[in-house]
Amino acid sequence: MLTLFLLMVAGYVFGALAALPGGGHGAFARRLAAAGATFGSISGVALGVLSIASGNPLTLTSSRFLPLTGAALRLDGLGAFFLVVVGLVGCAAAIYAFGYTAHYAGRYSLRFLGAMFNLLLLALSLQVMADNALTFLILWEAMSLTAYCLVLTEHDRPGTVRAGVWYLAMTHAGFAALIAMFLLLSRADLTSSFASIRAGAALLSPASRNAVFLLALFGFGAKSGIIPLHVWLPMAHPVAPSHVSAILSGVVIKMGIYGLLRVLLDLMGGGPAWWGGIVLSAGAVSALLGVLYALMEHDLKRLLAYHSVENIGIILIGIGAGLIFHSYGLMALAALGFISGLYHTINHATFKGLLFLGAGSVLQATGTRNMEKMGGLIKRMPWTALFFLIGSVAISALPPLNGFASEWLVFQSLLGGSNIPTPEVAAVMPLAVGMLALTSGLAAACFVKAFGISFLAIPRSAEAEHAHESPPSMVAGMAILAIACVALGLAPFVVVPRLGRVLAGLGGLPDTHAEFTLNLSLITPNNSSSMSPTLLAFGLLMLLGLVPLVMMVFRVNRRLRLSDSWGCGRVGQTPRMEYTATAFAEPLRRVFAELYRPTKELSIDFHPDSKYFVQSIEYRSEITPWFEKALYRPLLRFVRLLAELTRRLQSGSVHIYLFYISFALLVLLLIARWS
Amino acid sequence: MSLFTKILRTPTVTEPIARGDVEVEVEVIARQIEQGSRRLFGRSLHVREVDAGSCNGCELEISALSNPYYDMERFGLHFVASPRHADCLLVTGPVTRNMAGPLKRTYEATPDPKIVIAIGDCAHNCGVFKDSYAVVGGVDKVIPVNVFVPGCPPEPVDILRGILLALDRLPRK
Amino acid sequence: MTGYFLEVSQALGALALAPGLVGFVRWWKARLQGRRGAAPWLVYYDLRKLFGKEVIMSTNASWIFRFTPYLVFTTTVAVTLLIPLVAAPLPFDRIGDLLLVVYLLLLGTFFLALAGLDPGTAFGGMGASREMTIAAIAEPTIALSIFGLAVGAGSTNLGRIVAETLAHPSASISPGHLLGFAALFTVMLAETGRLPVDNPSTHLELTMIHEAMTLEYSGRYLALIEWASALRLLIFFSLLANMFAPWGVATTLTPAALGMAAVALVAKLAALGIVVALLETRIAKLRLFRVPELLAVSFVLALLAVTSSFLLR
Repeated sequence: MLTLFLLMVAGYVFGALAALPGGGHGAFARRLAAAGATFGSISGVALGVLSIASGNPLTLTSSRFLPLTGAALRLDGLGAFFLVVVGLVGCAAAIYAFGYTAHYAGRYSLRFLGAMFNLLLLALSLQVMADNALTFLILWEAMSLTAYCLVLTEHDRPGTVRAGVWYLAMTHAGFAALIAMFLLLSRADLTSSFASIRAGAALLSPASRNAVFLLALFGFGAKSGIIPLHVWLPMAHPVAPSHVSAILSGVVIKMGIYGLLRVLLDLMGGGPAWWGGIVLSAGAVSALLGVLYALMEHDLKRLLAYHSVENIGIILIGIGAGLIFHSYGLMALAALGFISGLYHTINHATFKGLLFLGAGSVLQATGTRNMEKMGGLIKRMPWTALFFLIGSVAISALPPLNGFASEWLVFQSLLGGSNIPTPEVAAVMPLAVGMLALTSGLAAACFVKAFGISFLAIPRSAEAEHAHESPPSMVAGMAILAIACVALGLAPFVVVPRLGRVLAGLGGLPDTHAEFTLNLSLITPNNSSSMSPTLLAFGLLMLLGLVPLVMMVFRVNRRLRLSDSWGCGRVGQTPRMEYTATAFAEPLRRVFAELYRPTKELSIDFHPDSKYFVQSIEYRSEITPWFEKALYRPLLRFVRLLAELTRRLQSGSVHIYLFYISFALLVLLLIARWS
Repeated sequence: MSLFTKILRTPTVTEPIARGDVEVEVEVIARQIEQGSRRLFGRSLHVREVDAGSCNGCELEISALSNPYYDMERFGLHFVASPRHADCLLVTGPVTRNMAGPLKRTYEATPDPKIVIAIGDCAHNCGVFKDSYAVVGGVDKVIPVNVFVPGCPPEPVDILRGILLALDRLPRK
Repeated sequence: MTGYFLEVSQALGALALAPGLVGFVRWWKARLQGRRGAAPWLVYYDLRKLFGKEVIMSTNASWIFRFTPYLVFTTTVAVTLLIPLVAAPLPFDRIGDLLLVVYLLLLGTFFLALAGLDPGTAFGGMGASREMTIAAIAEPTIALSIFGLAVGAGSTNLGRIVAETLAHPSASISPGHLLGFAALFTVMLAETGRLPVDNPSTHLELTMIHEAMTLEYSGRYLALIEWASALRLLIFFSLLANMFAPWGVATTLTPAALGMAAVALVAKLAALGIVVALLETRIAKLRLFRVPELLAVSFVLALLAVTSSFLLR
């Protein structure tokens, strides 16, 4: 395993260094960078899989490298699982990058892109192996900074710089919370290993533990994009290059989930029921609001970004339920909750990665992210359309793909809520079930829109009409994730036992690797409910083959004639006659108008002589997400006010500054004297 | 509730349909419908009504076909919303120049096998609009017709007889 | 072995019975309107005729248009293999539970909506948009009804739910069950496209929801889709009947029990069909933007059902 680790690091470092020499050979450098990333991520996946299969943790300390402090790395089950997630999406994105980065040549710095990409993947891979607070924090910051650099790749486009600034601000606000949290947890000794933190956490006072929980929720929530800390997500993910968006949405936000599990479950060993309740509620609200805002988007990548918020919400529903059961000692149900959260993590990484790669293909072919200008792409980009369809079906939680398997587990863990002794807490579960069901229904509606308007019917613009299929490397990257989606969906009886083993021992959870599967089915505790997507898929395929056969036997009329669409006898069909994305979402916009509060502006230009003749009508409707108006604008105003007040200290006079310096020195000496 | 008491008090008012004992040949068979189609459509004919520029007199009679007195549903006849779902086109009106193209397109949008029944004098030979500058001619000038039902307008029972005769389903006296 | 044979014959029987059920409801509505109406078995002739016609496909449509009828038909038939129609539990009961059934039906709706968008007509898009809106808003009620049933039975597998209600008949008149039935009945009207949500026999495209997506289909494709929606009606009726009033469902696989179960099922389907026909005669169609209000009412009923089954346990 050590060799795999070294190969992985070597791959990423090679990729990062190979990207840097460039000059006129940008093409060669970018291919080397992508190759390094591919090699590194494949080694990462192998390392993770081997670690989970063998169950032995891999430990590395390197107090030689940093003389006064020590960086410690240790790969246990949970870390190995997230390493597999990183490697899987990283591998697909890296292969995709072979073809995708071609269209950045000459416009933006390919060297920077390639180097930062490799460094991001390296930081992510090492992040899940961090074994003390200092390593964790350093790698966390490295991950955030490299991600920030990547978001700013297309820096001359409108909106990118703003997105980068918001991203940086939010991630650093979270980082500050994480520093405070680790200081509390490790009693101000950031180099103490996680093992000693684990031992000491039980001795912390309840107030400290609650403070740690709240800081962890804020810090990791800002990284994951829980509402209301999500505002940077729909800004930053669309403007990044598409393979980077896949990593950002598929992997980087999962690091928040990793952090929450590591701190709340592993280090602190669980907590009172209200912790789980808050996580569950935050998850349910994020899921619902995420999908509601996604429905109204017609920018393909922004839509996908809001769906990331939604799916993080679903993961948190599973984890919140797990925490609640854990606090009541219902260990089997707790394990089920955490397994459902982790399963949805890897599922979301695969299908969201796939969808972003598909959106990147479309963006490269048509030059636009606006769905209202697409259409008819299924005939011009058949492979991209097929893979995007697989991603859409998976994210809508439709059987037999992976989204359904993990949502079934989340539902089942919520259904276990009837076992909770206190009725007030148990009453939260049905509401969560209702919100989860509404979320998945709305997600299905949203993806009918996203796939249908973008790929089906007639092209709505000249660019869409002249679109062509992506180069083979991009198709290969998408294919990898599509196959992963199908495999994860058809083989949950393989995945769930591994997840059970990963969670064994964390926070006192038993080893549940044999509990939730039976032959080819998934089962719940006490073998109460069971379901088998594998057998279902097999049955569906058999029936799909049987129906045409039976129709042939009965000599059904097999003729098919091509003709125009039925248009009530009109001549010709133009793209203006098709349904648009805005029109598709309009009924839902009306239903949820109280939440969206769309603004409407209507201006009609009349002919000067008569009011009966209209020259032009302009209609403008906008939905501003509620959070920016109600939460962030007052906050920013307050910060600006504070900054204005503080600015008065900067008078510009050297004498005043000398006075400040001597005063500060005096205060420090007094403090040192008296402590 | 008063609706249901009224329903219970009102009997079924559908009138039986007979071959008709009038000497006048009310149905003109323009093209024979082949045996296979007749068997296919025998008990289930989905009808699409096309108004090729009529005065709506025939339309009123046709819409009377679905009321409880004439009740075309009992024969398996059914109006549909799209020619793709239709087996039979019921065309009325002298075909005006504006409607010639749409009528042809409707015919092409109907899947084979199909039959066309032209209702009214206008559909046969333009009726009162003969030689007008705005008409193209009878329906058979635009699409192939199987049965003509003359009348201005023909009674619903004659329209029904025309359709059933085309399918060879008219009940024997 | 008998179990598997029974599964297959159950599915074939449902396939055979479904068009008759649709015809039965139609016939009742005709009689209530004072006319003789089409005999219930004329729907079979409709299907036979459709299988004999050619298909016309738009040049704008893609492989999704051709694939969807098969997928919709297959998923609906797969659902009939998973639900207890005449006997419970059956061997395939372990493969799928109520959640899988609901999401399989949603899979069919997803592809049907895509097929509505495919030819690029405005009506298809409109039908797709409305269908997905209603399907999305009906989801929470379905999920909560499942939750309510599962809490009582301790499982979401249908065989277990039926067995539980058979073992404790008094549970079937508990407030949880009655409210759950009312909620699921309302959702059934929405999901199968009956009044007051959608008029199955309308010709006005602007009022259509389900019909609008199938306006471009013809021939054998239309036959498969029509058969699938008839089967959907049968599935929902059977779920309502057998989850909430499962008496008559065979628990042993003897010919006598199965025969009685088949008769009981037909009787329950006929009863539900008559109720739907009466309801459709009495009520007018709701405006599209009033339908979410109706579904919200059913959601509240389902929530009350679940809460009461929690509290009364």
